[in-house]
Amino acid sequence: MSKLSELDILDLAGTRAKGARPYYFSDPDSDRLLSIIMAVAMEHAVTRQRLDALERLIEAKGLLTREELERYAPNREAEAERGAWTQEYIARILRFVQQETETLRDGVDVDIRSVQDELCR
Amino acid sequence: MSKQVPPPSWRHVGRHEVFPEGGLDDTSRFDFLAGMNRHLATRLSPRVRESFEKRVQPRAEQALGRPLKDRDEVREAMAREPIYQMWSALRRTTMEMRQQAGRAMVLRQLGPLIEKAKSLNDGAASLQLDPSLEVPRTACAVDIHCMPGGYHTELVADDITNGANYDAGIFATTGGMLGRWNDGGGQALAQWLKQKHPDFKPRRILDLGCTIGHNIVPLAQAFPEAEVIAIDVGAPMLRYAHARARALGVHNISFRQANADDLGYPDDHFDLITSAMFWHESSARSMPLQLREIHRMLTPGGLTAHLEQPQYSENMSLYEQFIRDWDTWNNNEPFWGVMHDYDVRQLVLDAGFAADKYFETTVAGVVDREVFPVAESTGEDYGRAALWTMFGAWK
Repeated sequence: MSKLSELDILDLAGTRAKGARPYYFSDPDSDRLLSIIMAVAMEHAVTRQRLDALERLIEAKGLLTREELERYAPNREAEAERGAWTQEYIARILRFVQQETETLRDGVDVDIRSVQDELCR
Repeated sequence: MSKQVPPPSWRHVGRHEVFPEGGLDDTSRFDFLAGMNRHLATRLSPRVRESFEKRVQPRAEQALGRPLKDRDEVREAMAREPIYQMWSALRRTTMEMRQQAGRAMVLRQLGPLIEKAKSLNDGAASLQLDPSLEVPRTACAVDIHCMPGGYHTELVADDITNGANYDAGIFATTGGMLGRWNDGGGQALAQWLKQKHPDFKPRRILDLGCTIGHNIVPLAQAFPEAEVIAIDVGAPMLRYAHARARALGVHNISFRQANADDLGYPDDHFDLITSAMFWHESSARSMPLQLREIHRMLTPGGLTAHLEQPQYSENMSLYEQFIRDWDTWNNNEPFWGVMHDYDVRQLVLDAGFAADKYFETTVAGVVDREVFPVAESTGEDYGRAALWTMFGAWK
């Protein structure tokens, strides 16, 4: 058990579930790539939803034109916040790579068949 | 032309005091995941069946010179089918994304969430944790349904991470079919009792494997005079469950950390003993043992009732058995398929119950009109009514 302040929450959020992961395609690289692509697809959808919400609110309030949005330049503080966001974003889309390297560190994972056998004894 | 109504947005999920706060992006992530699940279930899954019928089965049976004989052979043949590979890979990765989405949301507010839970729990005697409890292999050999850390892992002192993550994600995983409070199973059981056995008024109720207590809260509400005990092996689940029940204004449930193998209650102690989606996470040793314990602890005239996914049967096609068994091999549910092959009636009788007191029925989830407005549901609640097998017995 750790102290709350010591938790690496980026790492913990993406950690794998104990139990050997099945691979589905003839080449495991396809599983790796699909997993990353789907995460990117989700984050793209998330961005699209936020943007859509923003644009609808902006239009409804008559606050901003699309041209002003195009010319946006962040200050130092905003830049730092946007950088931290990018770090979390990358850790999220590379979850699969993290989980495979965790298996490397923790050794071979538990085989479902052997657990089934154990639970049936 | 048919037009499908998309799954309800996660913004309709029931929020109580200890429920993690989600921002716009969290909502969008869960909505994407619910949309993925819907897509996989309604658009791709029928094509998987088609690939079996048109391509895999004929080819496999020609090579074998006989019909496929069991679901293991179906699985072996399907493993090389590209449509099945893609569907399975997408289903697995969607599950993993769901876990990461929930965990990231909970972990970033873990400190405040723990404080909220502590203040709601407030040293109450109705939260009974046992740090000396050995977590059984059924719960810790693998992380059940790919939930990192399972039900029991504690990251920090007073941890509730996995309880909060569990509560937050069910709505997206089930497309809201269990209602705002994810309690469709418990609601269904409470409604069944009210309709079929209106005179049954249990004074003591026990719930096995309660996790976050989402299915026992409706029963505690239906029987406010009853003393309810809900047990689980996972401390983070129980801390969260207790705080959640309090936040929902329910005070007649005690949450106890214990293994259902040996609960130590006297004979004839409970009027009602329940579980929901519990037995498929058990074992061949524990299930009969715990059923005998249930019989022992149940008072004469008492009832035991269990909600589960449908059992496999000889009448079920090999394909359906195979596809229902997906979770065994792909979602860290090692006992799932074994349990669903059991003759549960015989197990219940072997535990001491009389044959004429056994029952088995199908119950449907109560549709939550706040999630699915009436206007959308005129006619058939197609694909929304959650269905379970309920089995049990009167003593």
